[in-house]
Amino acid sequence: MSHTRLFARLLLQQRGVRHCYTGSRKNLYINKDTKVICQGFTGKQGTFHSQQALDYGTRLVGGVSPGKGGKEHLNLPVFNSVKEAREGTGADATVIYVPPPFAGAAIIEAIDAEMPLVVCITEGIPQQDMVRVKHKLLRQGTTRLIGPNCPGVINPGECKIGIMPGHIHKKGRIGIVSRSGTLTYEAVHQTTQVGLGQSLCVGIGGDPFNGTNFIDCLEVFLQDPKTEGIILIGEIGGNAEENAAEYLKEHNSGVNAKPVVSFIAGLTAPPGRRMGHAGAIIAGGKGGAKEKIAALQSAGVVVSMSPAQLGSTMFKEFEKRKLLS
Amino acid sequence: MAASMASQAAARGLRSATSKHVLLDKLKSTWLSPRRWLNLQEYQSKKLMQDSGVTVQRFFVADTASEALEAAKRLNAREIVLKAQILAGGRGKGVFDSGLKGGVHLTKDPTVVGELAKKMLGFNLATKQTPKEGVKVKTVMVAEALDISRETYFAILMDRSCNGPVMVGSPQGGVDIEEVAAKTPELIFKETIDIFQGVQDEQALRMAANLGFKGPLQRQAADQIKRLYDLFLKVDATQVEVNPFGETPEGQVVCFDAKINFDDNAEFRQKAVFAMDDMSESDPTEMHAAKWDLKYIGLDGNIACFVNGAGLAMATCDIIDLHGGKPANFLDLGGGVKERQVYEAFKLLTADPKVEAILVNIFGGIVNCAIIANGITKACRELELKVPLVVRLEGTNVHEAKKILSESGLPITAADDLDDAAKKAVAAIRK
Repeated sequence: MSHTRLFARLLLQQRGVRHCYTGSRKNLYINKDTKVICQGFTGKQGTFHSQQALDYGTRLVGGVSPGKGGKEHLNLPVFNSVKEAREGTGADATVIYVPPPFAGAAIIEAIDAEMPLVVCITEGIPQQDMVRVKHKLLRQGTTRLIGPNCPGVINPGECKIGIMPGHIHKKGRIGIVSRSGTLTYEAVHQTTQVGLGQSLCVGIGGDPFNGTNFIDCLEVFLQDPKTEGIILIGEIGGNAEENAAEYLKEHNSGVNAKPVVSFIAGLTAPPGRRMGHAGAIIAGGKGGAKEKIAALQSAGVVVSMSPAQLGSTMFKEFEKRKLLS
Repeated sequence: MAASMASQAAARGLRSATSKHVLLDKLKSTWLSPRRWLNLQEYQSKKLMQDSGVTVQRFFVADTASEALEAAKRLNAREIVLKAQILAGGRGKGVFDSGLKGGVHLTKDPTVVGELAKKMLGFNLATKQTPKEGVKVKTVMVAEALDISRETYFAILMDRSCNGPVMVGSPQGGVDIEEVAAKTPELIFKETIDIFQGVQDEQALRMAANLGFKGPLQRQAADQIKRLYDLFLKVDATQVEVNPFGETPEGQVVCFDAKINFDDNAEFRQKAVFAMDDMSESDPTEMHAAKWDLKYIGLDGNIACFVNGAGLAMATCDIIDLHGGKPANFLDLGGGVKERQVYEAFKLLTADPKVEAILVNIFGGIVNCAIIANGITKACRELELKVPLVVRLEGTNVHEAKKILSESGLPITAADDLDDAAKKAVAAIRK
């Protein structure tokens, strides 16, 4: 009895120990060949952002809207289910713009259809629903979930899955991972301005129970030769940043360590209050910004006290390491 | 020392002066109860528990002194505890503006209950956790006082590192659980619960044993534990904390007090629970903001913030502070914001007398900057803006937005980036 519990705990431990779900990390790295479908295709959000994706050059190949299968929307096929859509288009990824009461089920449908990548934009999914989704997610290795309550993921110039403004991005050398959408845009804008550009930007979202954490993205960034620097944007609540710091200590130290620059939002947040994001709360004295900053600094991360200095700080790190040509 | 005092207090069904509710302890502005953080009165939480078969002290609720008297008689209890119902803690040591001292009283005489209720209902009760003038008491709880021979701590919460529900317990109840965790961590027992399988019999029995319940009490406690978990799921709670989870000399396991935190995201399917939300002790600005679906939290400073995105909103407060200013609020407009909301948000900020400058920081992804610009210019004109306004816009449709602002003829200071915006806002106040 205690054996199985210990085994289960090891299996599900997020930090360090590998389990089947971590095998899906590679699915994060979308590219120009990634075929995307949209769940909630014919809704207002789905329609608007699907058009934006097409304008950007994303390979959007169709969408799902139960009951509207067989019809066309934005000159693309509509399907009744994710399974049908995957069979009909060969899609590798799905983006979900479904309202909170149904979003959890939409994610599960995509997992059941063995979709390699699921990006859930929806904000407001009940925590219990996400706990159930996560239970399923962690026990398989085919599907990778990003979000919910996130802006999505973008490989500049190749593929945009989500709501981020494409025009501020520039193909380049910095991997960005963030819990906050608009703060990601700040980092993107700044790295574009200093000429460094971005390799891959992942918005992991502001919910307490989500599909992808900092470590998942850090592994991808550290193993990607195109990513020469990393920006990590965190905020109060939980201990994802502390876990990331531990991971970096183990996997990103020494001469070949890639520069990591970070900003942690919420130094001035009052304890006990939920600051916009469901996961942004300092509860029971835990999850404060100071501790996160200290943990990251101890892992060699350069933490900027101003969100407006991310680009310039990374630029300086590149200068120090003579990475600027 | 604190432990025995708390025990004695709890022994009489009284809430101890030391707040056992860890979250409340850590609140900086403790008397501000946010709309978005559902607050239930003690009697409402206990009713929810009763409905799930959880054992709480028998009680009635009364809105008038005569109702209280009737309730006390109907209870037919050996001893009665009368408790003023306000959201803030520290009731035991509070004072009424009627002169009555203490928001919680014990008596064996129903008549006394009626007399005391007369000095509670309609009067303000001021405690360490209320504003100076106190909070008006509209309801009292008339409950059966039970002796408590042993106090334990028990909670169920959604835990991020365990990816789901976790139950936490300690045989050391009645005190601040954080202290127990710090001084005697071996007395904290934790177990993860599988969301699909629920609490297994053996888990409940093991936790009950760890909490020190022996013999028939172990099975009783295990049963209560399972019912608390059912409640936790049923109402979409993020935390159910029972302190003390106690034992009476007569051999009953009773939940003497409980704090339930609810998941705001579940409001759409918890209409009955959210309808109980008592907003009378809430900050009026926060309530008004919630009406317009704006995420607003009042802070102490004088520079109002107007931002889209929670992370950026927190960062804006941080950067104002970094440049020597003091943010007056956190405000996240959200992604799908409409012009009317922008107007209402602006109205809210300008109505705050503490505000001496306004900083608008918008990075448009979904948000269309032109909508923000139109909302701001409309608000400025109608509200006759008197304080300096610093605007920093970036992203979707920014050029059109900047044009709208510059052609408005309004005294708006434009800023290029966040640093620039924060510096200008702070400087605007110092002028």
